Amino acid sequence: MISISTTGVELSSKELRRYQRHLTLPEVGIVGQKRLKAASVLLVGVGGLGSPLALYLAAAGVGRLGLIDFDVVEESNLQRQVLHGVKDVGRSKLASASERIRDINEYVTLDLHDTRLTSENAIDLISDYDLVADGTDNFPTRFLVNDACVFTGTPNVYASIFRFDGQLSVFGMPDGPCYRCLYPEPPPPGLVPSCAEGGVLGVLPGLVGTLQATEVIKLILGIGDALIGKLLLIDALSTTFRTLTVRKDENCPVCGEHPTITSLIDYEVFCGFSTARTVEREEQPVPEMTVWELRARRDLGDALFVLDVRKPFEAEIAGLGADQLIPVEELADRLDEIRINPDREFVVHCRTGVRSARAVMYLIERGFTRAVNLRGGIQAWSEDIDPTVLKY
Amino acid sequence: MKTSEYTRTPIHIPAPLRSYTGGRSTIEVKGGSVGEALEDLTHQFPALKQHLFDEEGILRLFVNIYLNDEDIRYLRHTSTELSAEDELSIVPSIAGGCPGNPTIF
Repeated sequence: MISISTTGVELSSKELRRYQRHLTLPEVGIVGQKRLKAASVLLVGVGGLGSPLALYLAAAGVGRLGLIDFDVVEESNLQRQVLHGVKDVGRSKLASASERIRDINEYVTLDLHDTRLTSENAIDLISDYDLVADGTDNFPTRFLVNDACVFTGTPNVYASIFRFDGQLSVFGMPDGPCYRCLYPEPPPPGLVPSCAEGGVLGVLPGLVGTLQATEVIKLILGIGDALIGKLLLIDALSTTFRTLTVRKDENCPVCGEHPTITSLIDYEVFCGFSTARTVEREEQPVPEMTVWELRARRDLGDALFVLDVRKPFEAEIAGLGADQLIPVEELADRLDEIRINPDREFVVHCRTGVRSARAVMYLIERGFTRAVNLRGGIQAWSEDIDPTVLKY
Repeated sequence: MKTSEYTRTPIHIPAPLRSYTGGRSTIEVKGGSVGEALEDLTHQFPALKQHLFDEEGILRLFVNIYLNDEDIRYLRHTSTELSAEDELSIVPSIAGGCPGNPTIF
């Protein structure tokens, strides 16, 4: 249960009348209504998802709502952003939203943050709230919100929409997974169309954002089963809801057992950087060794140094007993670790032999004259030598 | 494990990828393992391949494959065997939320 102090929180007779339908619910009651009043929620974005979130959280009596947005209401927003109306076109979304929210519930305190959420301000902004509801429309902000919530220990009610599909989950709970446990990396820009390009059914953010608001309210009240460790998939076209399992990844770079990211990074670089994965294949022939040869040489007891150039998570899945793991991306920086005896015979492997071929050419250029590529990589090892090695 | 190669497993295609499956949301694929099923899928719809796999044939990190309600990363990855009644789902990361002006730092 999220810790929310209701000490000193009172409900006036007017408020008691207003929240009557909540007070009759045993799961809410006076205690729950006081918890709602004592709670604070930060809404990242007041557009499609932010509209139902803001409307229902305000109506339900959440005491303090923080709104972050720096956009202006456009005509094309009105198809789904029901917080804003025709008269608001051209106004700032914050001005429009605050007017509407105050009309719904005068008891709600509003913090208006007319800014972008950035790596510089995210920790300060987020740590001022009990919960975050993430309704952002882009991957850099999505990862920023996730990481900042993990670092500050703030629950993050996540939702995302596209065309007719929605996703919903609760991240950032002490024993639960985070967004990076589900998706370690963002897609490269351009591969996944945005809603602006791909379109979105106007009612979809209403449907998904209302579910998001439901999760927020349940977490504040401490009732029911929140979507912690679960991903709800919503398909509006077929009207199907499916719940999948999301496990906490012990190797997660942010919330895992040995985190490698411990402070906020540059998320634009992070999200664009991962596009640099396509590397031109080498034209020159690369010295090779087959998996059969490697096994025979090992059986003979030859002093081969086997270097795995895959990522650590791949080595967790399957390995062939390498002497050392250095991801190909880090090879240039970590050459000293293997330079002790460059005349030794190096057998370099990856999954299929593409990355390791690149690594071999690099090593040869730097004096590792006896480096060879394991043809077919661990895939070939699994097929031809040891079928118990997992293919992935 | 599915005994006959004619045994089919339905695989759910999410909205962002349906433009590569002729708009179809469920495709029947054959194969005894997740890997074989995905191979059959990309054989039927070659344009899907680059969206699911990188240049080395590794499943992309922003696309998850679920067998029923479990992520195959926590099973036996693409070696996971399929049984009758199993269902596969492709679950990609989607970014939409407040479409409009994308945030650019």
